[in-house]
Amino acid sequence: MSFLTVVYALLFYSATAVLVIGVGRKIYIFAKAPAPLKIPTTPAPTTQTGVIMRMFREVVFFESLFKGAKWTWLFGWVFHMGLFLVLLRHVRYFQDPVWFPIELIQPFGAYAGFAMVAGLAGLFGRRMLVDRVRYISAPSDYLMLILLMLIGLSGLMMTFVAHTDIVAVKKFFLGLMTLSISELPADPVLLVHLALVALLMLIFPISKLLHAPGIFFSPTRNQVDNPRERRHLAEWAKRFEQQ
Amino acid sequence: MAKADFEVPELQEYTEVPKYVEGTMAHSSPYVAKPDHQTPLGFPGALVPDWEEKTLEAMGDLLGKYRSFQVYLDSCVKCGACTDKCHYYLGTSDPKNMPVARQDLLRKVYRRYFTFAGKFFPKLVGAVDLTREVLDEWYSYFHQCSQCRRCSVFCPYGIDTAEISMAAREILDRIGYGQKYCNEIIAKVHKIGNNLGLPGPAIQNILDGLEEDVLDDTGVAVKFPLDVKGVDILLVTPSADFFAEPHIDGLIGYAKVFHECGVSWTVSTKASEAGNFGMFIGSYENMRRVSMRIREAAIELGVKRIVFGECGHAWRVAYAFLNTLAGPFDFLDPNYPVPQHILEFTWDAIQQGKLNLDKSANDDKVLTFHDSCNVARATRMGDKPGGQFEIPRNVIKAVCNNYVDMEADTIKERTFCCGGGGGLLTDDLMELRVKGAIPRINALNNVVQEHGVTHMAAICAICKSQFTKVIPYYGFEMDQIVSVHQLVSNAILLTGQGEQDDDDGEDDE
Repeated sequence: MSFLTVVYALLFYSATAVLVIGVGRKIYIFAKAPAPLKIPTTPAPTTQTGVIMRMFREVVFFESLFKGAKWTWLFGWVFHMGLFLVLLRHVRYFQDPVWFPIELIQPFGAYAGFAMVAGLAGLFGRRMLVDRVRYISAPSDYLMLILLMLIGLSGLMMTFVAHTDIVAVKKFFLGLMTLSISELPADPVLLVHLALVALLMLIFPISKLLHAPGIFFSPTRNQVDNPRERRHLAEWAKRFEQQ
Repeated sequence: MAKADFEVPELQEYTEVPKYVEGTMAHSSPYVAKPDHQTPLGFPGALVPDWEEKTLEAMGDLLGKYRSFQVYLDSCVKCGACTDKCHYYLGTSDPKNMPVARQDLLRKVYRRYFTFAGKFFPKLVGAVDLTREVLDEWYSYFHQCSQCRRCSVFCPYGIDTAEISMAAREILDRIGYGQKYCNEIIAKVHKIGNNLGLPGPAIQNILDGLEEDVLDDTGVAVKFPLDVKGVDILLVTPSADFFAEPHIDGLIGYAKVFHECGVSWTVSTKASEAGNFGMFIGSYENMRRVSMRIREAAIELGVKRIVFGECGHAWRVAYAFLNTLAGPFDFLDPNYPVPQHILEFTWDAIQQGKLNLDKSANDDKVLTFHDSCNVARATRMGDKPGGQFEIPRNVIKAVCNNYVDMEADTIKERTFCCGGGGGLLTDDLMELRVKGAIPRINALNNVVQEHGVTHMAAICAICKSQFTKVIPYYGFEMDQIVSVHQLVSNAILLTGQGEQDDDDGEDDE
């Protein structure tokens, strides 16, 4: 087994561990912190089903962002939906045989890569060109977009320009999952693509990518509007009741 | 036209999003609380010597107590959707008044001390050390947020800057760096029972005067009871309703509605304030202490229902928090929501045909309605989402012939703050208040020009006070702001009223 394969194997094991443990820890922190008061942004649903629908519209269609900023919505939504299809397409590298739905989306997934990069480019342009957005941007905000664009571009390179040995790549990842590591092709574009993906996984739990789990814990979006009907009391606030 | 020692913005047809100009409001900072204002609330009298340590300690404490605070500090992606939504940014061009930039003042410190990236790569993620300059900036800019939640409507994660600014003020209070206006008022409520510090005899005096006025105007003996036991309804209303125009005309309206419905009611000396500034300073404990006065008054007076008068943030605390803070209210009549808004009560009465209304009494006016931010985005009226928009409009339309809505982007859930909410209704923040009102004033001016609107109705003591003070800067008259129940009061024909005289189409002021 080559040195390179060992390095990438270790890289992906550690990146996966950091991603799972880091995000898991953050979710635990989000879940553990109580929401002591009812603060849904109203008008808000008055039933749990209504809240699930609201959250669905928020996560799938970016409802609030659509109300707020049409261009950002367009670029952001195209990027995220592109990414979603691209991720689904990549499921084939982790299973054998491949599920039928995953087979089905393969052609769409390939072109979704372009949508993803286009959306990212739009977001990057907006970040540079709109004075207000430029003002609120830290270096990490630009770097995050660049990182995602490079991942997308290197992936598109392999799909449309310089093919890599995807059979060997699949064997490598299936091997990682069964602890029987096989050789990774020493293809530069592939190595760049994978290194950047590992980096993204590593920084996920310490960056603004936490918006992904965060939305589900947002009290203004996930609370039922029923404070008059049901008393809502946080654990830490109960001590006042005894006084 | 009122005088100003700052430049009053010019009215625009539509509120344009300005290019940012750094530091335009860096000088804006309200008076700092004195020890007398701090200690009754349980806060240190002055800035503690070890404030750095105590600030971080308080931040850590709040992170564990408020999910909103923790999730919102972690989740912002700097998409910029909120940057053009704040009335204070639109009115001042100061980039630190963009909601995300305001949050970032605190988020930068959170990142530096509480996150891996901020501890090891501060420059990369824009994390900064906690310094005196940073602290003073918090004090300045977290008192340039009216906690109106307009930004939270448009945020893809529902990040509510109000939650951050409340947490920031709680931290500042805990290190002895509170704001005079809010804390002085809360101390007054703890001691006397209302924001204005009106003692029981003064309230009695005012209510007696109102009884006489209404009797003179209508020939009908409408009661304004104080501390009467065993009645149906405890009315909790902002103390401004006892004090000044146009608030007091609203109080007359409530009394006439109760009178016509034949319900017995009372005001309480102990709970003579609907407002709860504990919310503005983010203090659960102070908010609870203020709320408990209402529970105690309801028990002592043995009432069956609690009804709140016209007030925005008060209705938020009442509707969304009162059950949590001072509940359960199992000792009240379970057939009615606890608490009820006076508009819910009046709208029910109108639907049941209990009120004899003469709409023409308001024919001298063309009305529009200002949705108060807290009512619009943090509460509900009635049993359907959006009732907080429909019920006030329904009531206005039931008592007025001429009604026009302002532009869709400035009403209902997108309503603009009056510019004086969230504990900023103080003269030491006059520049901020005048500039922050501009998006609302532009929208008002449009309907004035295009539809001949003469009056804007509001259902919040702070909105009414703010507008009456601020619209003269823009060439409007103070009395163009009216209470919704003032309109109701004008239109109600009391039972027996017509028997003495037929001249009931007049305004009762």
